[in-house]
Amino acid sequence: MTAETTAAEAAAHAEGHHDEGHHTSTGISNEKLAMWVFLGSECLLFGGLISTYMFNKGRIGPDDIGPDDVFDIPFTSVSSFVLLMSSLTMVFAVSSIARGDLRGNRIWLATTAALGATFVAGQVYEFTAFYSEGLGFTTNLFGSAFYALTGFHGAHVTIGIIMLMSLFVMSMRGNLGPERAETVEIIGLYWHFVDVVWIVIFTIVYLFPQ
Amino acid sequence: MTVTDRTITAPEEALALPAGPTIAHRPLGVFTRPQGSEGWASWLFTVDHKRIGIMYGAAAMFFFLVGGAEALFIRLQLATPNGSVIGAGTYNGVFTMHGVTMVFLVIMPMAAAFANYLLPLQVGARDVAFPRLNAFSFWCFLAGGLLLVSSIFIGGWFQNAPDGGWFNYAPNSGLPFSPSKGIDFYAVGLQITGIASLVSSINLIVTVLNMRTKGMSFFRMPVLTWMLLITQFLLLFAIPVITVALFLLMFDRLWDANFFNVAAGADPLLWQHLFWIFGHPEVYILILPAFGIVSEIVPTFSRKPLFGYHFMVASGIAIGFMGWGVWAHHMFTSGIGPLAVAAFSVSTMFIAVPTGVKILNWLATMYRGRLRFTTPMLYAVGVVSMFTIGGLSGVTHAIAPSDTQQTDTYYIVAHFHYVIFGGALLGLFGGFYYWWPKAFGYKLSEAWGKASFWVMLVGFNFTFGPMHILGLQGMSRRISTYRADEGFALWNMVATIGSFVIAIGVAMFLWNVYASTRKWQRAGRPDVGPDPWDARGLEWMTASPVPEHNFDSEIEVERLDEFWHRKYGVDENHRVVRTATAEEVAHDGSNTRVHLPSPSYWPIVLGGGILLVGYGLIYNMWLAAAGLVLLVGAIYGWILEPADDPDDAGHHDDHHDDGDDHGDPAGNGGPGGNGESASAEKPAKTEEAVPVG
Repeated sequence: MTAETTAAEAAAHAEGHHDEGHHTSTGISNEKLAMWVFLGSECLLFGGLISTYMFNKGRIGPDDIGPDDVFDIPFTSVSSFVLLMSSLTMVFAVSSIARGDLRGNRIWLATTAALGATFVAGQVYEFTAFYSEGLGFTTNLFGSAFYALTGFHGAHVTIGIIMLMSLFVMSMRGNLGPERAETVEIIGLYWHFVDVVWIVIFTIVYLFPQ
Repeated sequence: MTVTDRTITAPEEALALPAGPTIAHRPLGVFTRPQGSEGWASWLFTVDHKRIGIMYGAAAMFFFLVGGAEALFIRLQLATPNGSVIGAGTYNGVFTMHGVTMVFLVIMPMAAAFANYLLPLQVGARDVAFPRLNAFSFWCFLAGGLLLVSSIFIGGWFQNAPDGGWFNYAPNSGLPFSPSKGIDFYAVGLQITGIASLVSSINLIVTVLNMRTKGMSFFRMPVLTWMLLITQFLLLFAIPVITVALFLLMFDRLWDANFFNVAAGADPLLWQHLFWIFGHPEVYILILPAFGIVSEIVPTFSRKPLFGYHFMVASGIAIGFMGWGVWAHHMFTSGIGPLAVAAFSVSTMFIAVPTGVKILNWLATMYRGRLRFTTPMLYAVGVVSMFTIGGLSGVTHAIAPSDTQQTDTYYIVAHFHYVIFGGALLGLFGGFYYWWPKAFGYKLSEAWGKASFWVMLVGFNFTFGPMHILGLQGMSRRISTYRADEGFALWNMVATIGSFVIAIGVAMFLWNVYASTRKWQRAGRPDVGPDPWDARGLEWMTASPVPEHNFDSEIEVERLDEFWHRKYGVDENHRVVRTATAEEVAHDGSNTRVHLPSPSYWPIVLGGGILLVGYGLIYNMWLAAAGLVLLVGAIYGWILEPADDPDDAGHHDDHHDDGDDHGDPAGNGGPGGNGESASAEKPAKTEEAVPVG
């Protein structure tokens, strides 16, 4: 038995060298798997908030300020488009670092963060406009549910921007080489998830007939 | 010790944690890592899954005593009609805190103790996938637990304790009906423990999926590993749902939102749905770890393999899925409509099937086995019998007309104590006795163990058995007293006496821990051996207590119950014969060359930041801001910390000399380390910790 184990370990050892640090049981790195698992959990988080919104959006009085009174669909469509484009630039960021194009990586990271920031700025503008039209967080159930859901999403985008900027700074300081392509990819997973969630929110909150 | 394979050149590389590539090192003074594995500080900064598991267990035991004391207050108040031991208002706080404490701060962390300690060992791993995140989970849980329990004392005895029941229905939880800070503590505290559970579940899921040793396929994993894995998935998906509910509640109470404000048109049923979509999977989160523990104990002491391993696993998975489709049976009387009631009745009856499969498989495992009624086995058999009673009374709840009569009576209280105390808690206590020698190197006294088991079991049945009768008589739960002419006096007195018998049983357990420890120390700390029970899982294949590096070399697994098969073979007459002793098969823990993750300051700092934010949300936003600063600082400290995988090669050789202190290869000043940027895992961590809060 001893000899057999030793041989097996020697083989395992050799194998370990082959795939460079990726000796996990599934073949997916721990970090990437953790992000996938975390995003699974996030689905339920947004699921709960979206359900809450749908449950509550109609629970307002006849004279209350409601979705039809405040929504500016063209404006939000543009900011949604901006966020969608940021997913595209994120893909460019991931592919550029995978190719070893560090300068391109920096450019696309910065572009993605800028597009995300544009979206958040649009949200801030939108919130301000709604507020001035009389829809506050505490005004009615629609207000509470709307601000909680979209605000929560905005917070997610903001955290994504912070992570992208951190990557950008790392890259500027020479700490984000091609060997860290997967880090960018993992942040990218998060970023795409936040975008996909926005598509759902935009459809359900803005586009569904009220 | 015949295992000579640790002499091969570099087994530690196979065992080393994948910590990302190593790159240029730039030490920043403050961002060094703590060193050493001795003294109290080594516990505060540890990232060792075994120490974290032990801390989880100790903290859960502390909260168990708190929750138990609360239970005794409840029973004292109810012992006689028109009781006046504690007032009605205090009573609300006491029963709420009892429930919250026992569910969130006792059973869940006790299960986490076993998950942390055993999962990496059972799959043959060096540690969990993210050791620092693991430490953070514990400190975050402790922060939430202390915040919740502190509500008992802050501003007067039970003046600011949560008082809405553990499921805290709206609109009673709103500011107009519950003006004290109690519900705020509930909402904030449970969000914090939720972050801890979520982070821990991600970590443990990745550990089981990714860090299995060679040959450890899914259907070679022990049933405990399976049940804990399913539990982690349930946590992963259930925690965000209650987080949403608590989040909305917090917004209502702190910032005047309207989610549960009936005056603004809200439907308080939203809370019930969100709570129970979390709450029913939570029931299985509480019980599945105990099922796993029983599935380890019963085969060992029946000297038979577990009957129907695949069925056991499949029934656990089935419970994991079906657990999501039964939540509204908690809401039969809330007016959800006849169709929903019928649907949830049927689904609730169905979920009894996989649970019944488990019971039958344990019985079949014991059938014609060579039973040894050690203390862990007594507890396991206690679970099988007591949980069956609780499960059967649970099936009566599936019948909606019957349930309508039972809702909010002591019948419900009896039912869930039979499953949570008689199932989960007895199972966890059995686990304590079973794995105690593995974790600490000596057995707890069998005499005291058996005595405390019987005292606990008898007290348990005297406490909760009569509650079935009281419930059917119509005694409502959560009412602080009753009149003499209602006919509840006799059984209430019996239950009160029973509860004090339980307390004696728990005291005997604690005495057992103390006395057994003293006895072992006075006897010169004799070695209990790697495998005191003749057990089956990989965790027994290393020294007791488990050395810091777990296994001396990577184990290759060829079948289920690998360790047992290495000890036993079959002779020419097809009879099972012993072929090797455990000492021959097990590793002796002498390999000090295994690379270990370094301790870290930041998990506990991050937990402290979260605690400040918690108090700040309730009392003062400036405090919350200070906590936030600490929190963000801790996250960046975490990211900028030198990687725990500096240049292995040069390091191990000079470390090898100092023998037992193989703890910390941090090499914070070493030339090969990584001072500035995170290894690949780290950016992923930051947003795991942030958005759920």
